[in-house]
Amino acid sequence: MIGRALVHVPPTAKRGEVIEIKAMVAHVMETGYRIGVTGKPIPRDIITQFVCTYNGEVVFRAEFFPAVAANPFLSFFTVATDSGTIAFSWTDQNGTTKVQTAAITVA
Amino acid sequence: MRTAAFIGIAAFLTTLAATLSATVAAEIPLDQRRPDTDFIGADTRAMQNDDTANPGMLAVLDGEALWQEKTGGSGKSCADCHGDAATSMKGVAARYPAFMPELSRPVDLEQRINMSRVADQKSAALPFESKDLLALTAYIANQSRGMPVAVVENAQSKPFIEAGREIFERRQGQLNIACAQCHDDNWGKQLAGNPVPQAMPTGYPIYRLEWQEVGSLQRRMRDCMTAMRAEPYAYGAPQLVDLEFFLLWRARGMKVEAPAVRP
Repeated sequence: MIGRALVHVPPTAKRGEVIEIKAMVAHVMETGYRIGVTGKPIPRDIITQFVCTYNGEVVFRAEFFPAVAANPFLSFFTVATDSGTIAFSWTDQNGTTKVQTAAITVA
Repeated sequence: MRTAAFIGIAAFLTTLAATLSATVAAEIPLDQRRPDTDFIGADTRAMQNDDTANPGMLAVLDGEALWQEKTGGSGKSCADCHGDAATSMKGVAARYPAFMPELSRPVDLEQRINMSRVADQKSAALPFESKDLLALTAYIANQSRGMPVAVVENAQSKPFIEAGREIFERRQGQLNIACAQCHDDNWGKQLAGNPVPQAMPTGYPIYRLEWQEVGSLQRRMRDCMTAMRAEPYAYGAPQLVDLEFFLLWRARGMKVEAPAVRP
């Protein structure tokens, strides 16, 4: 299950400015390689894809694999072009998607 | 000749006394205390100090939601009685563990939350280390961030703080070592490649990278006991609460930094 998301986008920026974006989401990222207390393997449960769009345009995309730690955190940069919405979406191995958005005002 | 021999013996005795006292745990002077955050790597510290990178904040957000959630036979949420946690819970976590007159003994913050859940919300107590209990604890502890640890030491609480000290200074387990031998006598040195902190638990519940999740001070102390090859006390055991009480008393006046990040 994809839990709570914590994203950070600067609320305001100058046009052309390079901005840092941070995105973290609560998820166990269970590898599937661990053995549980009952002796049975714990089934794999991971997020497989992350996409960040800026007014609909993809600015950052990542694929996740079992080696990624729990509560994956990403930080990346983009150029502030227009005011609008930056949307973050995480999709797990079952196809469930969680979306979180943040607004940015570009002057 | 006689004087020289006397001086020789006196010097020997002084050295012996110094050696003996060195084997007895010496409490860290108040001005030499340092937060455990000083002993972690710069990357981990940066993660802790940035609320958008600190994974413990995910638990705080969960706790914020639980604070508003109505539960139990009373149909009330924490917020229905306590209002805005930012004001009502400010400084509360800094005073725990605290002596409860009705129980004639101290409880830690987790136990105090459960007391309110059972008595006021008429709900079931949350299990130790459950996600919800850790989330509520992290949320409440976060309201005291930056405030000094202020556990109350008085005639009623003193015996429990002293009981905690006794456990801290007692040799235990197959390795036959005491908590104090690492955390009082050898802090700052390396243990298996990691610096030994002073065990000033100001940031609990913590997000521990090794655990990949948030955990309580009781869990951390139980881990230490396992490492000493001692039988850890059960969650909620009075001994663990006494030990927590002593450790927070020892860290009195230091700043609360919950939720801290540890390697």
